[in-house]
Amino acid sequence: MKIKDIKELKRISNNVRIGIIDSVYNAKSGHPGGSLSIADILTVLYFNQMHIDEKNPHSLDRDRLVLSKGHCAPALYSVLAERGFFSKEELTTLRHLGSKLQGHPDMKNIPGVDMSTGSLGQGLSAANGMALASKLDKRGVRVYCIIGDGELEEGQIWEAAMTASHYKLDNLCVIVDNNNLQIDGKVNEVMNIYPIDEKFRSFGFEVINIDGHNIPEIITAFETAKKVKGKPTVIVANTIKGKGISFMEDNGDWHGKAPNEEQYKIAIDELKSKI
Amino acid sequence: MNIDKKIATRQSYGEKLAELGEKNDNIIVFDADLAGATKTSIFKKAFPNRFFDMGIAEQDMMSTAAGMSTFGKIPYVSTFAMFAAGRAYDQIRNSICYPNLNVKICATHSGITVGEDGATHQMLEDISLMRGLPNMTVISTSDDTQTRWAVEEISKIQGPVYLRLCRLDTPIIYEENEKFEIGKAVQIGEGTAATVFATGVVVQEAIKAKEELETKGINIRVVDVHTIKPIDKDMIIKCAKETEKLISIEDHSVIGGLGTAISEVLTDLCPTKLIKMGINDTFGQSGKAQDLLEYYGLTKDSIIEKIM
Repeated sequence: MKIKDIKELKRISNNVRIGIIDSVYNAKSGHPGGSLSIADILTVLYFNQMHIDEKNPHSLDRDRLVLSKGHCAPALYSVLAERGFFSKEELTTLRHLGSKLQGHPDMKNIPGVDMSTGSLGQGLSAANGMALASKLDKRGVRVYCIIGDGELEEGQIWEAAMTASHYKLDNLCVIVDNNNLQIDGKVNEVMNIYPIDEKFRSFGFEVINIDGHNIPEIITAFETAKKVKGKPTVIVANTIKGKGISFMEDNGDWHGKAPNEEQYKIAIDELKSKI
Repeated sequence: MNIDKKIATRQSYGEKLAELGEKNDNIIVFDADLAGATKTSIFKKAFPNRFFDMGIAEQDMMSTAAGMSTFGKIPYVSTFAMFAAGRAYDQIRNSICYPNLNVKICATHSGITVGEDGATHQMLEDISLMRGLPNMTVISTSDDTQTRWAVEEISKIQGPVYLRLCRLDTPIIYEENEKFEIGKAVQIGEGTAATVFATGVVVQEAIKAKEELETKGINIRVVDVHTIKPIDKDMIIKCAKETEKLISIEDHSVIGGLGTAISEVLTDLCPTKLIKMGINDTFGQSGKAQDLLEYYGLTKDSIIEKIM
């Protein structure tokens, strides 16, 4: 499935956002802000870029995605359900006892989840391991890894950045969700990680800066990354935390809390009005 | 036991790993700038394309191996026990054990017998940390024969393994054709005066104690507990019933290690007193390995003292 129509991709990303709000509302906990900020990127990956088959989720030759910022599982689950890996009805079981939709991604029980994540900083290393394995077996698999901007504060990210560059992992594409907010406040105030692009460039990455909500720009960036040889690519996506819900946008309070009934209705109405 | 020919289990590991690489293309080796010391350098020389040096970055190494294993590869990951179980605990827990990935962590330089490097390099808590992890198998081998068996055997089981290896040269205890089984401890001798449960580098001390006691007319048995998780409950209960005294000895803290694992079985199934010999809730220090074993009371003489 490769959807090229931008309007259609926008419609899908809006649906992904509805799934995020539905699941977090029903869970009464979770991380809507950072999930909404990666909804457009995930939509492009799962509906325009990645070679995957929802009917064969364990195929060794499929492209992989590691959501290193695992707390944004609602976005991953929503896009996977939208793509048909499991039913959309299941989204409302997020974080419930006995549900396969764990608070953080669990590769053992959720079809389409390529790596279990949650403890920040570890996903990029796992993505490197996948990219290395694909190269060893000449499988031609592309590996995508989404990391948060606050997550860049974890030292292991930079160990992994060295590894990706050292082993010339040009089948790896990292996406930094640069929404500039983490739990305790603005990223540059909590622990300044800027300049992100120069850091990755000095680690040997090809760096592409984009608006992470502009679908044509996202597609172009992924296409450019595919042509890069001999080094990994990082796409630094300028995003808005809570994107798509007026009262959540750029508001750190929505990092890790669920909307109440009234807020839920407003949020869903806002999203549905865009269809 | 052949005390004339000594070999460190890290050496047996390195040699066997290279042999295994010949038989199985899926074996991939990771090291963190210690290939010369962990002996993965032998594999590196034989199969440079399947060896990855990750630099001094153990956390990255563990998670990278986790990702690699999702492609059907069998990564063997080596560094010192301190930097494997200690520094990269979170990565082992969340990137390897939680998703039950097929990564074999083969950690050398465990215990006080690291010697001269001192406390920062003497890992005394790794059994405790690793056996607490769901899905993890924990193995601690005592000699060359057993290590060679373990290196191949763990490639045949699906899921994470922690294999604890040592720096100190130790005697060869078992004949080449000795059969082992994961989860089955090895009983040496039939004596009933005492059972000495031992693991790893100090099994030889227990055997020496057994031999010396025999000359005094005291017959004990040694149980080599090479698999610490899953622990051999049947053997523990059998020895509790058949012998007068139970002792455990390990080059590891008495908190959370072999002794604790045995006492967990005993309290649940057959309440019996167990004398735990190990490092008593303290850090180590620099010194020659054998001198340290004596200083911390982990030799045949200390065992004999506890029995007589």
